[in-house]
Amino acid sequence: MFEQKTARQLLQGNEAIAHGALAAGCRLFAGYPITPASEISELLSVLLPGVDGTFIQMEDEIASIGAIIGASLAGVKSLTATSGPGFSLMMENLGFACVAEVPIVIVNVMRGGPSTGLPTSPSQGDVQMARWGTHGDHPVVVLAVSSVMDCFSITVTAFNIAEKYRVPVIILSDEVVAHTRECVSLPAQEDIKVIDRIKPSVPPEWYKPYAGDNRGVPSMVAFGDGYRHHVTGLIHDEKGYPTQNSREVDAFVRRLTRKITLGFHEIMMTQGYLLEDAEVAVIAYGSVSRSAKSAVEDARDHGVKAGLLQLITLFPFPRSQVVPLLKGCRAILVPEMNLGQISREVQRVNQTACRVVKYNRVDGQFITPSEIYEELIKM
Amino acid sequence: MVISAQELRHRYLRYDKSFPHVWCPGCGNGIVMGGLLRAISRLGLEKDEVVLASGIGCSGRMPTYLDFNTLHTTHGRALTFATGVKLAKPSLNVIAIMGDGDATAIGGNHLIHAARRNLNLTAIIINNSIYGMTGGQYSPTTPFGSISATSTYGHIEHAFSIAELVVTAGASFAARATVYHGELMSRLIEQAILKRGFAVVEVISNCHVQYGRKNKLGNAVDMLNGFKDNCVTVNRAAKMTAEELEGKTTIGVLTDREMPISTVEYQKVRERAKKEQE
Repeated sequence: MFEQKTARQLLQGNEAIAHGALAAGCRLFAGYPITPASEISELLSVLLPGVDGTFIQMEDEIASIGAIIGASLAGVKSLTATSGPGFSLMMENLGFACVAEVPIVIVNVMRGGPSTGLPTSPSQGDVQMARWGTHGDHPVVVLAVSSVMDCFSITVTAFNIAEKYRVPVIILSDEVVAHTRECVSLPAQEDIKVIDRIKPSVPPEWYKPYAGDNRGVPSMVAFGDGYRHHVTGLIHDEKGYPTQNSREVDAFVRRLTRKITLGFHEIMMTQGYLLEDAEVAVIAYGSVSRSAKSAVEDARDHGVKAGLLQLITLFPFPRSQVVPLLKGCRAILVPEMNLGQISREVQRVNQTACRVVKYNRVDGQFITPSEIYEELIKM
Repeated sequence: MVISAQELRHRYLRYDKSFPHVWCPGCGNGIVMGGLLRAISRLGLEKDEVVLASGIGCSGRMPTYLDFNTLHTTHGRALTFATGVKLAKPSLNVIAIMGDGDATAIGGNHLIHAARRNLNLTAIIINNSIYGMTGGQYSPTTPFGSISATSTYGHIEHAFSIAELVVTAGASFAARATVYHGELMSRLIEQAILKRGFAVVEVISNCHVQYGRKNKLGNAVDMLNGFKDNCVTVNRAAKMTAEELEGKTTIGVLTDREMPISTVEYQKVRERAKKEQE
């Protein structure tokens, strides 16, 4: 039985992700060394064998994600962690996990890109790639972490969403969150909500591995459980066999997206701060949201009615929380360590006269509270 | 006990919707599938205990037709998925089936590392010297000088010898047969499944449609006869000179050695970790 250390401890973001994975029931990690994500694999290589789990260092990131998909199909919750260059290599099998509906969690600790880019300065440059990096219309859930405690709890949430919806979940961290050390008290294991994939309630001969339930999510068995079935990256029918029948293909591709749409109410997570009477608001995520929070407080001290909407879920884009803000505020500031990858989402859902202002840094430098404050008071 | 072809079909083929298969008439893939099923039948493996993983290409479709736990992965990646399955549930018999392009071009890195890592996995590589499904382009095993859809003027690169490659990379067991030597091939697959460690069987096969036609090697029967004439057993090859062996294919067991298996070694790691964390 796995027990979580609950005493106050000094943890790094990457370490908290490793602890969160264990708390969520993850028992296999496959990865390839890359800065600034390596501490996740280093810590799990120490902790996993102690809880009868498995750690393996694969030959590359393609193999790493392949291995965790295989392990998940054999019934073990699995994780991989990487940074931009490795994340690029994972795109192929990310698509496989989407189409074969394999629950896995991928951590991408973002560093400056493109290509080898800026090792290892902070960045948020992989946001749109996380959503659209693999080819074809596919569902994917992207979550952003902003603190050490987030790294723990959102990793647990990521596994829960992956299991409940049979979907790959991507956690976007950044170099600042990954390497910041904070004092935290992790919750006791019995206080952590852990969700497991739904098993079929029918005998093997009736089992349809790709027939969605009323939520559009199929039940899932592990290899070796006596429910022999076929898993493929080809578009398949409800039995899992390849199909080119346009009616079956259409139903399948639409169900993949529909199962996430039906879960919007719990998948879309945000956190509001001082928004009740806000006239101007910041929409931010990851480490930038912490600078934004401080900037909002400063602005309030100077008589500006400012607020913050921190996005935890980046995709599906939390339109239902962003739209009321656009209606109620005079202007919205979207500070990002990229050239506007989330501000374009905000602008996409903006059907009002609200002004959306971008603030972007792509120089490998962190966005400070004072920079956001300076922008806020101009609005 | 010899199992009849009909019994083999009834016991192991999926009856719900996965046929007709995609292979051309005369394709060697069916012979390999039959050899694999005979091996599994002789070993008495439960269907629930077998995981068959494949990559992309003609060979990749094999798992679709068979009533095991089947996994049709992405191009070249069968061994990576198989690794994850085996680590998660070591009690399963995990067999990867791949083609030559699949295993040694796009999946070449995974192949050599799987051999080095030495998990208890079985890999069957069907080598027909060509990318068949995509229209007959040259692969890493297309012989020097051959004609293919992308080497119309003669191929200028040199071919991998797959079985020798995995021996060098550290596989516990490596063997080679051809689709002409069906019985030998099936016995080698049986040995490979039984072998504790990473075991590879390379099966030389015919793609008379893409490779044979362009290189004037005749139909499927002609190509199989070519395999018969061109092969020497490992024992006979040992007595032949390098000149005599030029252009010949050796068949049989190339290596069979005992080495630590990573799942077994990892169990020791777990015990060490638990002791230290106490």
